[in-house]
Amino acid sequence: MLVQSAVFYFFATTLVIAALAMITVRNPVHAALFLVLVFFTSAAIWLLLEAEFLAIVLVLVYVGAVMVLFLFVVMMLDINIAKIRAGYAKYLPIGVLVSVMMVVEMIVVLNGPAFNLQKPQPKPNDYSNTQELGELLFTEYVYPFEIAGVILLVAIIAAIILTMRKRTDGKRQNPSKQINVNKRDRVRLVSLDKD
Amino acid sequence: MFDWLTNFYTSIPPVVLMTAYMFAFILVLFVCVAYVTLAERKVIGFMQVRMGPNRVGPWGFGQPIADALKLMFKEMILPTDADRFLFRLAPLLTMIPALAAWAVIPFAEGWNFADINAGLLYILAMTSLGVYGVIVAGWASNSKYALLGALRAAAQIVAYEIAMGFALVGVLMASGSLNLSDIVMAQQGKFFWNWYWVPLLPLFLTFFIAGVAETNRAPFDVVEGESEIVAGFHVEYSGMGFALFFLAEYANIILISALTVLLFLGGWLSPFEGLPLFPAYLLHLPYIGAALSSGPHWFIAKTCFFIFCFLWFRATFPRFRYDQIMRLGWKALLPVTLIWIFVEGILLYIHFPPWFD
Amino acid sequence: MSMLKNIIRSFTLSELLKGMRLTGRRLVSKKTTIRYPEEKTPQSPRFRGLHALRRYPNGEERCIGCKLCEAVCPALAITIDSEEREDGSRRTTRFDIDLFKCVFCGFCEEACPVDAVVETRIFEYSFFERGTHIMTKDMLLEVGRKNEDQIAADRQADVAYR
Repeated sequence: MLVQSAVFYFFATTLVIAALAMITVRNPVHAALFLVLVFFTSAAIWLLLEAEFLAIVLVLVYVGAVMVLFLFVVMMLDINIAKIRAGYAKYLPIGVLVSVMMVVEMIVVLNGPAFNLQKPQPKPNDYSNTQELGELLFTEYVYPFEIAGVILLVAIIAAIILTMRKRTDGKRQNPSKQINVNKRDRVRLVSLDKD
Repeated sequence: MFDWLTNFYTSIPPVVLMTAYMFAFILVLFVCVAYVTLAERKVIGFMQVRMGPNRVGPWGFGQPIADALKLMFKEMILPTDADRFLFRLAPLLTMIPALAAWAVIPFAEGWNFADINAGLLYILAMTSLGVYGVIVAGWASNSKYALLGALRAAAQIVAYEIAMGFALVGVLMASGSLNLSDIVMAQQGKFFWNWYWVPLLPLFLTFFIAGVAETNRAPFDVVEGESEIVAGFHVEYSGMGFALFFLAEYANIILISALTVLLFLGGWLSPFEGLPLFPAYLLHLPYIGAALSSGPHWFIAKTCFFIFCFLWFRATFPRFRYDQIMRLGWKALLPVTLIWIFVEGILLYIHFPPWFD
Repeated sequence: MSMLKNIIRSFTLSELLKGMRLTGRRLVSKKTTIRYPEEKTPQSPRFRGLHALRRYPNGEERCIGCKLCEAVCPALAITIDSEEREDGSRRTTRFDIDLFKCVFCGFCEEACPVDAVVETRIFEYSFFERGTHIMTKDMLLEVGRKNEDQIAADRQADVAYR
């Protein structure tokens, strides 16, 4: 029990520090990397709650894919710190408002009777978080799950359609055509007389 | 006679024992990695009709040790305006996931460090973390070549991660489990015909191709395409920093090979197991029997074959152009996996013999 | 039809396998590498290595100080001084070849009317001190004395073409 608490406090402290650092550091790349650390430590805390599937998916999806694309964009920025700091006072009231609202919401959700949250209990040894989640998703929540899937699919198709416009003035290569070339198409062998 | 030894062994607390095992394993893995580098130079040399390194020790067997010593004593140069902390952290960020993924790899039944339920997802998560080392190294170096290499790495790994993930979906549909030991045991049965590479052949090929791309190996090594961007993300690294990138690359090669074996080629299962007309008395012979039946040696042998394939590819194929890589990932591998998952769903539904009955 | 063929060709990975078959075959083929200090490439009798000055079998040096080699040398590597000896014949007092200048073209050898200056098969030599790259007459004669058998045999082998 002591070890578990120690591990929890270690990850919780790291999480809080990393989250604070993420919103206070000036360099956007550092901020993005702190966000990675936040995801990672929260995954560790989920592991302590025996939610190994969710923890690993958090690392896989957010750390492994989403944040990579974030960094991809952020890395190419030419960081002008003075300009970033300029709007600080202007956005302060709305920022305070949003954070106060979020704190209130969290208190309502975690303490209120609506969600009836209990302290997590240790699960039996053969309990598989993955299986439980799968069963819930494909029985009780199958419609919301499918609808979410369809919405995502629509978003994907929409994004692809946006890139589909053809430019007539541009010169571009067609890799499919290029790789389908035979040596017959490019080289003509001519037989010459010996002399 | 060995009572005191067994007593001593059982008296060690499990935490200490586990740590000792891990250190021993990492040491062995490092030696393997070192000799994969030698194997690479030898194999490519042989394929180019030359000898490869043959001066340090007999047949060049001392070469990796000489290389390691050289790199250890070299200075680690910090470029001007580099991000000091991230520049030093980046090699570790590539190395750690490459080692951490080995925690769930079973060498034989029960021969693994952690037998976790979501082992397959864990591996996928760890391999996707490896890209951070590349990205951070590219950005922290404050060099345009390194940055270009990092950008290429980011796009390439995200693209191939998806094809790889879908190939894994096929495996877990067939086996009904995310646990690597269970996946191997689900392939047990009629010799090598029952392993998943037969019913899931397109997924098997996709997985291996995506694996080659994930490790940034030839022909997908635009990340370090030396003809355009010198050495890509690790141009600015020297000495031990460079050595760590090098080690991580080869550790990842071994990891991807081991994974391919576990998921599609029956891990530690022997190809002779359940072979029709196979003389059963051979299995009871003292040494031949042990060699022919399932065990970690089969796992290692199969893994070695795939490592050899990595080297073979490097000696054979020219490097892809960047847009061709993207085209292959999104327009060829991804549709292939999707179609085959659909086909596999049908096969599973009708309980297609002999694999899914 | 050709499109179908292309699809089949790319999905069976046939071209990749063809390439791998080629490299696979090379893997087991005989290697062309010559492991140098232990093995050496065959040399022609016309090999142009380190220079030597020869003597006649009776011990008289061949060089008559005609300076044809000095004149023909494109790299100006040869320096010759000559004087009359007591018996009235002209002999060199100085015959230096600067090996840093020499391009091993073999013109000196061809120009020599008496086969005195020749190029031997020796090619593994090195200098460890500044200034030792100039071969003096004594050094050249010494090289000739040591390798006379080989030099004579090589001249003999080439005699039909001279």
